[in-house]
Amino acid sequence: MTALATFLGGFDAVSAVLLMPLVAVFVLALLPGYRVTALLNVLASFLTLLAALSLFVVRPAEGQLLFVDDLNVVFIALNTLVGFTTSLFSASYIAHELETGRLTPAYLRFYHAMYQAMMFGMNLALLANNIGLLWVAVELATLTTVLMVGIYRTHEALEAAWKYFILGSVGIALALFGTILVYVAAQPAIGEGLDAMTWTILIERAVAFDPALLNVAFVFLLLGYGTKVGLAPVHAWLPDAHAEGPTPISAVLSGLLLNVALYAVLRFKMLMSANAAAIAPGPLMVIMGLTSLVFAAFMLYRRRDIKRMFAYSSIEHMGIITFAFGMGGPLANFAGLLHMTMHSLTKSAIFYAVGNIAQAKGTQKIADIKGLTESHPVLGWGLVVGVAAIAGLPPFGVFMSEFLLVSSTFARAPYLAVMLVLGLLIGFGALLLRLSGLAFGTPQGSLAPVKASYAPMFLHLALVLGAGIYLPPPLVAWFQHVARLLG
Amino acid sequence: MTSFVYDIAHLLAGGMVLVSFMLLYQDRMHGLLNVFALHAVVLALSVAWEALIQHAPHLFITAAIALVVKAIIIPLALHRIVRRLKIHREVEVVVGIGPTMLAGMGLVALSTALMLRVTPAADALSRQDLAFALSVVLLGLLMMVTRRNAVSQVVGLMSIENGLILAAAGAKGMPLVVEISVAFSVLVAFIVIGIFLFRIRERFDTVDVQALDRFRGERQ
Repeated sequence: MTALATFLGGFDAVSAVLLMPLVAVFVLALLPGYRVTALLNVLASFLTLLAALSLFVVRPAEGQLLFVDDLNVVFIALNTLVGFTTSLFSASYIAHELETGRLTPAYLRFYHAMYQAMMFGMNLALLANNIGLLWVAVELATLTTVLMVGIYRTHEALEAAWKYFILGSVGIALALFGTILVYVAAQPAIGEGLDAMTWTILIERAVAFDPALLNVAFVFLLLGYGTKVGLAPVHAWLPDAHAEGPTPISAVLSGLLLNVALYAVLRFKMLMSANAAAIAPGPLMVIMGLTSLVFAAFMLYRRRDIKRMFAYSSIEHMGIITFAFGMGGPLANFAGLLHMTMHSLTKSAIFYAVGNIAQAKGTQKIADIKGLTESHPVLGWGLVVGVAAIAGLPPFGVFMSEFLLVSSTFARAPYLAVMLVLGLLIGFGALLLRLSGLAFGTPQGSLAPVKASYAPMFLHLALVLGAGIYLPPPLVAWFQHVARLLG
Repeated sequence: MTSFVYDIAHLLAGGMVLVSFMLLYQDRMHGLLNVFALHAVVLALSVAWEALIQHAPHLFITAAIALVVKAIIIPLALHRIVRRLKIHREVEVVVGIGPTMLAGMGLVALSTALMLRVTPAADALSRQDLAFALSVVLLGLLMMVTRRNAVSQVVGLMSIENGLILAAAGAKGMPLVVEISVAFSVLVAFIVIGIFLFRIRERFDTVDVQALDRFRGERQ
């Protein structure tokens, strides 16, 4: 009885955020029938979202392995929100995949179980107070997404999954080496054992760490987790993985998994900033971010596959966000946080639209898709709005965050700002160029009606539009507070 | 006694770097897998020795995992795959063995110079383990970029993993080493099963990674 009481006493929102997906993995793996499992997937995601939102109200005490602070609660809320809306989209989308025979019921069962396993891995990474646990969780999320990317088992899907697996594994191997180095740096100051890997203790005592060792560790961590963020020299897995997996997974990859990896980089950046003798982590992140932005902006022009195009757009935006956090300071960090949120919402909305388009048209080739606003007006205009938002047109939220970032950069480093604006404009041109072909002109190809639901897409776009017009003061205050935390 | 303890640890960790070099010049699949098994055996011995001298019994579990999973089960599974897919003669290299070995020596020199410079404060054992571990990691990366064959890339990845376990075991009192080695083994097991189940040879006709990189609607 007492054991049960302690168990229930220890059961708080943090456990709920983790246990909900974990239980769902087993339930979904065992239950037959895809309609029930798709609904249960939505239900589990919704309950996880509720548990995550409750963290804003009641915050459980920090533990040695798990903790909630003002930074990760933002990431968790965003993660579970997009996880929930994507599960809604997936429920209507995946039935059609079954009809066309791309997936079998057995694979669908596997798909739903893996979806929850992936949510578990990402939530665990965000809640981890231990850098070893953080690493294990990111690895788990990687592994589940590799399996999802390869789920269609076509030649291209297997190739994409293989490439993602190999590059992702090398990335997390480098990140693990960095993690070990952080431990070795912390161990003389903190002593052996779990404490020297506990993030809240590390950040308090970071002043006493050996700076040279921290520098080397950060380079490994930035390259390692940066691979998963999709930063430029180590991004090669990203476009293939986005293009070949099921579209709900592309949405989750772009909208969430990249953020989780970026969160890991941010945590270690904070650690570096806490030690004055270590190199400033900002310039490294600025260089990688800017390279990704400019590189991806140019790459956008040559795309012929619609999902690959938006995958490159994700590299571009992760570059912008990394750049913002690398610049640091309250304003740039605020812009980075806002941009991250807006990008997650907008990019997943675009992938919902792209999923519908690919199903209706039966192709992902840009050349075969024309005149969507005439053949599928709702979908076509949805795509137009989404692309306008991601390209950074006012009045959407992405415009606001980009404007903040550009203006704060101009005040501090005009040369960097010129490069930033150049990258943004190049990307903007590419997206509008492709969009005009996709959305306008004479319709071409199949006119089959859209089967999946529009609700998640319009919900996200409405949020992005709303944020561009009016940001609620409590949200602004919260982001400002977090931006100061990030240093 | 201390010097003896240190010498054994040094010998075993250095042995791993040596075996990593042996991996670089294997030109037959079965030979490569046998050398990899040797790599895992040396890792197991090294970790067991660390467990003994650090009085850290949990490291014995890591050593046992290395021995059973990576020295026995995975090499046997890969031997089977190689026989099934009939690729025992195909170790396609991108760069010749001579330049690869030279690059490998450069990497070992680099990692030793780097790690010994940044870790003056750390424990002597951790220091040398970190230097050797980084060498093993970099040699594994070198192997992955110089091989085009899928199975040998997995072997390269696993040798990187061995290097990381060495570093983790050498970092005195590091928690979660067992959990991390289990997590890594799961990762590798998945991919070995993956190669087997998806029968990369059947679908792609080859496990040559470059051949997978074909026209994707974007390249002309």
